[in-house]
Order: sequence, then structure tokens, then C-alpha cells
Amino acid sequence: MDPIRTIRSRTVVMPRPNIDTDQIMPARFLTTTTREGLGQHLFADWRYDASGQPVADFVLNRPEAAGCRILVAGRNIGCGSSREHAPWGLYDYGFRAVISTEIADIFRNNSLKNGLLPVIVDEATHGWLIEHPGAEVTVDLERSALGLPDGREVSFPIEAFARYCLLNGVDELGYLESQSAAIRAYEAEAGK
Amino acid sequence: MTASTLFEKLWRAHEVVPETADRPAVLYIDLHLVHEVTSPQAFAVLRSRGLPVRRRDRTVGTMDHSTPTRADELYGRVPIRLESAARQVRELEKNAAEFGVELLGIEHPDRGIVHIIGPELGLTQPGKTIVCGDSHTSTHGAFGALAFGIGTTEVGHVLATQCLLQRKPRTLAVNVTGRLAPGVTAKDLVLAIIQRLGVGGGTGHVLEYRGATIEALSMDERMTVCNMSIEAGARAGLVAPDETTFAYLQGRPRAPQGAAWDAALAAWRGLRSDPGARFDRELAIDASNLQPMITYGTNPGMSVGLDEAIPAKGGDAIHAKALEYMGLAAGQRMRGQKIEVVFIGSCTNGRLSDLRAAAGVLRGRRTAPGVKLLVVPGSQRIKREAEREGLDRVFVEAGAEWRESGCSMCLGMNGDLVERGAYCVSTSNRNFEGRQGVGARTLLASPVTAAASAIEGRVADPRAFLS
Repeated sequence: MDPIRTIRSRTVVMPRPNIDTDQIMPARFLTTTTREGLGQHLFADWRYDASGQPVADFVLNRPEAAGCRILVAGRNIGCGSSREHAPWGLYDYGFRAVISTEIADIFRNNSLKNGLLPVIVDEATHGWLIEHPGAEVTVDLERSALGLPDGREVSFPIEAFARYCLLNGVDELGYLESQSAAIRAYEAEAGK
Repeated sequence: MTASTLFEKLWRAHEVVPETADRPAVLYIDLHLVHEVTSPQAFAVLRSRGLPVRRRDRTVGTMDHSTPTRADELYGRVPIRLESAARQVRELEKNAAEFGVELLGIEHPDRGIVHIIGPELGLTQPGKTIVCGDSHTSTHGAFGALAFGIGTTEVGHVLATQCLLQRKPRTLAVNVTGRLAPGVTAKDLVLAIIQRLGVGGGTGHVLEYRGATIEALSMDERMTVCNMSIEAGARAGLVAPDETTFAYLQGRPRAPQGAAWDAALAAWRGLRSDPGARFDRELAIDASNLQPMITYGTNPGMSVGLDEAIPAKGGDAIHAKALEYMGLAAGQRMRGQKIEVVFIGSCTNGRLSDLRAAAGVLRGRRTAPGVKLLVVPGSQRIKREAEREGLDRVFVEAGAEWRESGCSMCLGMNGDLVERGAYCVSTSNRNFEGRQGVGARTLLASPVTAAASAIEGRVADPRAFLS
């Protein structure tokens, strides 16, 4: 994976809480056997109507959403299914960061493994972002800080090792493989 | 030594490398369950790196999500309707053969929903760490196993190294006391717990269900409760193993036998939270005043008792939007709501005791005109056992369709779908928008509530059907 340092972009805002992974990527698109090309199905049932036409007032279909790489969502985004197809779809569509006050566990883990930064912010910052769709913000992974247009910076928590991997393009599987001596020792000791 | 929770004991016993500020723990995985939807891209990573499956003896695959439930399609007498689903099934067959992974495939008599067959074969055991690329892996926690869902990248990690990088979650004790009233089931209990916690209330936590009410539950009921832990956002759910657990497991094909059983039992008896062990949070639930529950909204936390009205939340745009999708109104009682479909099945409520309970309500009765009732057993073993008991005849005579096992209408991946705008009383676990089909309206409930509703063609109170 390519290293990630900063993401600067206007935001797309979806204020609704509890956006589940069934909305992000409906189950009928999970029959793929690859991880590419899922962006076309992202939020399919919100983006398109029954006849397959784009829903004009859905936020991603509006002209100002074009090129935005940061999604601001209501609390607890990514709840529900463990499908990694959800972050794959968000990434393939062009998103590189998701900002909320709460991000569901499995979705957050899956996002970190695919170069989609889960950014958790306080209520006040979140409220400001919700009120200002299209704001130009900067997610600075190196400093774990979100930069707002007025120059304010808000730090966000991110798991130390995941951050290290993202900054350096290190692959977690490679790291786990490097632990093979410890794994063998554990198996011998525990009788596994 | 300080008192430990059950979770802490399970965690410590599987730390290959403990966590530090800079590094997550390397956690050993005892059992990895694999299915066709979340594994193809993981096998592709192994193939591209030339890696084998490290512990084939700790890896078991099956097919459940995209498989047809009609026998003619499933067994190849007619083609699988969905070409993409057929391709996914073939892909897992190919990957299992190439990597030497045991596969309980289409024709296998032990095939079924991954979270049903693990326990029924005795693969699921107290003290194990169990993962699967599926969020309802929390089901296996009913046995005192640390079991949780993972994404496909992590499926690859476990296939290649038998380990995961994990941060230690926090603990939340759910203390349940009071006897469940007749007609009130484990499903109603867990819906009430999720209502109380909220759909994000368990995030970052492992729940341990405790107390006299939990101890009195059967294994099937404990599995229903643990299954839906993820619907409160929890990483996993746990119940400490006890005599009920051991009696369930003894003699199962993959459970330890003979001297190994005695040794396992001795170890399993220590798997409980010590007196005085501290949880990060606690929640107390009195189960004695619960009534049958049903959801009215678009997440599993939006539920009411059958005798209650849908709450009014003035100014809450999200609540209003959910009700708009559902075609329901604040103040309305769910009982009496007209329905079109009833689905009995899934990893939440597709076990034999669920089918028996539903059949008990349906025996000698018919579904209301215009209601479609689909009954899908959780596994082929359950299907055969139900047929031996004649439950299939009860369902068919009531007007139901009786199918082969699989996830089916819980998520509709295989084409078992609810039509746009239709109401479905479903024994599954998620009522998200479009979960059972684009525009479908899901009402989550217990198997007895589902069966009673099929008879009346409206959301019905199962207590009226108790003999």
C-alpha cells in the first residue's frame, strides 16, 4: 500500500447516525470475488431510484460532491455487517477519510487496512462539520490532527501501529509473518 | 492474583505477544470458519504471495450466504439463478481444494449456516478463540469462547498466520435477573437489551451476559442472545460455560472424546469471571416484566413491546425518517399491523428449538390468505432432524415453503427477497433499510411471534396461541 500522510479535500456531509454497512454496500453486490470496482455500487439504494436513475437530491449526486475525498457522517457509521466491501467501495469511489463521533469497530478496523482513515472527533467539531458541508479540511495523519478552514486543529485518536503502517506503507500481514518464531513458540507451549 | 473476568482469562490464554503502547497484541486464533462471500479476496492474497494456509486443521469452510434454498437449484438439477452467486460457490470449492481446507460444501450432509454448524458439530468449544468473516460470529460466545467477526483482510491474516493484531477491548457485564414470562423468548430478551444499550452502546466492548436468567437459558437460547451482541455494536458476547454447555457438547462429532473430554471439562470449569472481578461497565436488566418485542424502525435498537405504542420523538428527524421508510406512525401499536411475508430462520433463530416453537404455534392452523411463510432451517442436520419429527409437515400443511438450509431471506443474497414496500416479520437479526430486498420493511421478532403473525396476517401476540 502507498504511504499516506495528509488528505486535503472538501467534505461531503451525511448527518444521519447509524449508517450501516448494508447501506454503504447492499448485500446483492457482495457476490463479487475481487475487491475492485465496488465504487459504482456505493450507497446504491440511496443513489439510485427504483428505475436505476440517480436520485437528484442525494448528496453524492450533487455537483458539489464531485472530487470530495472526505466523508463526514453521523455517529456510529459502519455498524452492522463485517463486509469489507463497504470500505472497499468508499475507497474505490474516491474517499480517503471518514469523520464521525463514533465509528463501529469492525468497519474501523477494515478501513484502516485499506487506506481509508477513520477520524473520530468531539461533538463540537462534528457539529461544526455537519453545519458546513463542503468545508475544505486537512486530515494530517502524521500529527493525528484535523485542520479546519479557520486554522484550528483538532487532534484525533488513531491506533499507533495502524498509523505507523499507513504512514510507512507497511503491510500488517508482513509484520505478522515476521512474528512466526513467536507464533511457533506459543503453539508449542500451549500444546496447539 | 487479582480477580479476572472470563474475557480477561480468554484473552491472556491467547496472547502470542502482549500489546504495548506501540503495538497491538498478536492474538492466536483456535478456530477459523470460512464462507464463500468474505473469503475469495483473502485466498487471492495468499496465492499472490505464495503463502499456504498455516493451520488447515484449524480452518473449516462452508457455503451459506449466497447458496440457493431450493433443492433443484442447490443440487444442480437446474442452474443457480444468480450467476454471480454460482461463481462465488465455485470459487470457494476451488480455493478449498487448492489450499487443502476442509469444506462442508453444497452436497455435504453437515453443511449449514456457519454459526449454526460450528456449535452443532462441536467445533465451537469453551475457551477457544473463534473468528469468521461475518459479524454474527459473536454467536459462538454462548459457549464461553471469545468469538468475533473480522473483515476479509483479517481473514487473510488468519489463513496465513493463525493470528490477528488486536487491541484489547473493554468489558461490559449485562446482569439479567427475573424469569421470562410464557411467550417471551431469548429473542425478546436480546431485543430489549439492544434497545437499552442502543446500536452503538456496546462499541469497543465485549459483553458478558450473566445472572440467573442467563443461567436458566438453553444453549440455543444463549446463542440467540450472543448472536445479536453485534447489533449493540459489541465486539463479542460471552456466557460462562456450565453444565448446560457441557451437556450440549458431550458426544458431538468434533467435541473431545474419552480422556480428552475429561481433561477439557476440567479446564472449562475454570472459565468464569472470578468473584469480585471488575467490569468496565455494568447493565442490569429485569427480565420478568418483558413482553414479546418487535422492531418498528430501521435498526435493531428501535423496538417496542407488542402492547406498547411506537414512541413519539418530536423533532427527531432520524426517527421520522425511519418511520417514513417503514410506513408507520408514532403512537401506533405494532400489534395488528398488516404483513405480507414471514421468514423463520437465520443464525439468530434457525435452530431446531426455534422450529419446534414455531411449529407448536402453527400445528393444525393455516397462514392467512396472501401471506407468504418461508421456513429455512439453519443447517442440513437441523433439516433432517426437523423432518424426522414431522415439523416440515406442520409447516407445509400450514401453507409454508420448507427449504434447504442457508442464510436466505435474512439478507437476500441468494435471491430469497421481500418485495418493495412489503412488511416481513422476520426472526433474523437486522431490520436495516433494504436488508431483505430493496424497499422491504423488516419487523424483527421471535419465532413464536412470527408464527402467530403468519396465521393472523397481522403482527400477532404469540401468547394467544400458547397451549
